[in-house]
Amino acid sequence: MTLAGELEVGTQVPADERVIDVRDLRMRYGAKDVLNDVSFAARRGEVLALLGPNGAGKTTTIEILEGFRMRSSGEVRVLGVDPASAGEAWRARVGVVLQSWRDHGNWQVAELLRHLGSYYRRFSTEARSRPWPVDDLLEVVGLTAAAKTRLTRLSGGQRRRLDVAIGIVGRPDLLFLDEPTVGFDPEARRDFHDLVHRLTDVDDTTVLLTTHDLAEAEKLADRILILSTGRIIADGSADELSRRVAGESEIRWTRDGQRFVHSATNPTPFVRELLVQYGDDIADLEVRRNSLEDTYMRLVHDTEGGPR
Amino acid sequence: MIETLRLGAARGLIDFRHTLTNALDLWGYFFPSFGLLITLFFMGDAHVPGTTFSLGASTLPSSIGMLVAFGGLITMAQYLIVDREDGTLLRAKATPHGMNGYLIGKVVAVGGMTLLSVLIVLVPGTFLVDGLRIDAGGLLTLLWLLPLAVVATLPLGAAIGSLFDNSRAFGLVMLPLFGIVAISGIFYPLGAMPGWLQAIGQSFPIYWLGLGMRSVFLPDAYASVELGGSWRHLETFGVLGLWAVLGLTLAPVLLRRMARRESGSAVAARRERIMSSMAR
Repeated sequence: MTLAGELEVGTQVPADERVIDVRDLRMRYGAKDVLNDVSFAARRGEVLALLGPNGAGKTTTIEILEGFRMRSSGEVRVLGVDPASAGEAWRARVGVVLQSWRDHGNWQVAELLRHLGSYYRRFSTEARSRPWPVDDLLEVVGLTAAAKTRLTRLSGGQRRRLDVAIGIVGRPDLLFLDEPTVGFDPEARRDFHDLVHRLTDVDDTTVLLTTHDLAEAEKLADRILILSTGRIIADGSADELSRRVAGESEIRWTRDGQRFVHSATNPTPFVRELLVQYGDDIADLEVRRNSLEDTYMRLVHDTEGGPR
Repeated sequence: MIETLRLGAARGLIDFRHTLTNALDLWGYFFPSFGLLITLFFMGDAHVPGTTFSLGASTLPSSIGMLVAFGGLITMAQYLIVDREDGTLLRAKATPHGMNGYLIGKVVAVGGMTLLSVLIVLVPGTFLVDGLRIDAGGLLTLLWLLPLAVVATLPLGAAIGSLFDNSRAFGLVMLPLFGIVAISGIFYPLGAMPGWLQAIGQSFPIYWLGLGMRSVFLPDAYASVELGGSWRHLETFGVLGLWAVLGLTLAPVLLRRMARRESGSAVAARRERIMSSMAR
């Protein structure tokens, strides 16, 4: 547990910049603690990825922050308000992209967006005009051609993109994304990543997402939280996390058209030796520290296997 | 508040329009109406037992009372259950003022559908049976009976719907409901039944809605075959009023409880249960 203890320190976010502020969050069902002393914060415009094995408490955490679930104890502030007792004005500033359901099957895409968007009109401010105009929004998520399609006729990927569009139709200050790219093809995934970047860069939206796709987390997130057995075991950028886990680096090179791979705890002496020996015969030299995947596996394995 | 009413009404009208353009929905909602028309057709020249009154003329207004009750109770309850299963309600919860908009929308949509199902029976029905008439007094009765019918059944239907979280369990509610219809004097006069059945029948709103509708559409002479030999407007108002109070007391509490419990994982768990029960 020393490893996790060390990492729990996490990144410091100044108190006045905290869009999400969670302290000692605890969730208990009967005698079982699903969340235990979870603490973290997110600043404005930041993308936070919540990783962790199934059953680690990701969904519970995100549902508490969304105001959909009561917590057992702990301090939670989202946009400066406790989500457990937040009102409609708060709700208007929060976007939620749920796992995909079959709701509103009879409705047409543009019709549903227009209707749901109209609930946000009275919460429009000078700085942030709400809702997002439907035609623009359709274009942003690539559904312009499907504007008049009934929801039951959408493909899985289209449906998912509509879910995202519904989540952002109110131009939220804070967006929750629960496994947003499940079922996306590579192109849709890239478009989605562009969209998230646009939201954070142009609109200064804060994003909290859960995912099982580590490459996605690495690409999108400014910061990664790893949740395991109800505790946060790591908090930092992908880079910081991999540096904190002692592991082996991977060295790849080619010589005479042949590929080589070698693992070493400390790559520098090995590479120096390699170059001394073969000099310019070495081509395509690559040294890679732990991938996020290695780091993740290591961290999760250590906490799940180790004593509580 | 006005804004939410407007949004809810818009939502209800869209929902209503979608139902009208969806063959499967139409069939589901209006099947009872067609069934009633066929029943009326086969009643032909039959009389209310022991009288010379036309059975069809008596059954038509009764069944309109029943359709109104069904609309408020069943349609509303079913909507809530289905919309919770498919995530519509959770979507509403994630939207500012969305839950209120949703409920207002449902009232509008259910109202529209009920009205349509009544017209489907009433318009052709008037050609099938003789002896219906409506006068100023009847219209006046309709003016208080219809709103009372709505508040006596809709909130109750919403309360029932919020108690069930899967549509299969709701099937179990339908059976006793048809039992209640059988002892509510809709197709067969209550006077011909044993006293204890009469008592049970008269404790539910369906009997009173049927009676109220008969008083609207039938000549006063027909009142002689009713229990107590009168239309009993005061009692109708009293019993329906009691049900309205009960519904309006229960519904907000139960709806709030239902809304509070709604979350992504709740919808997922429900869905999983449906999937696994279908696989079995």
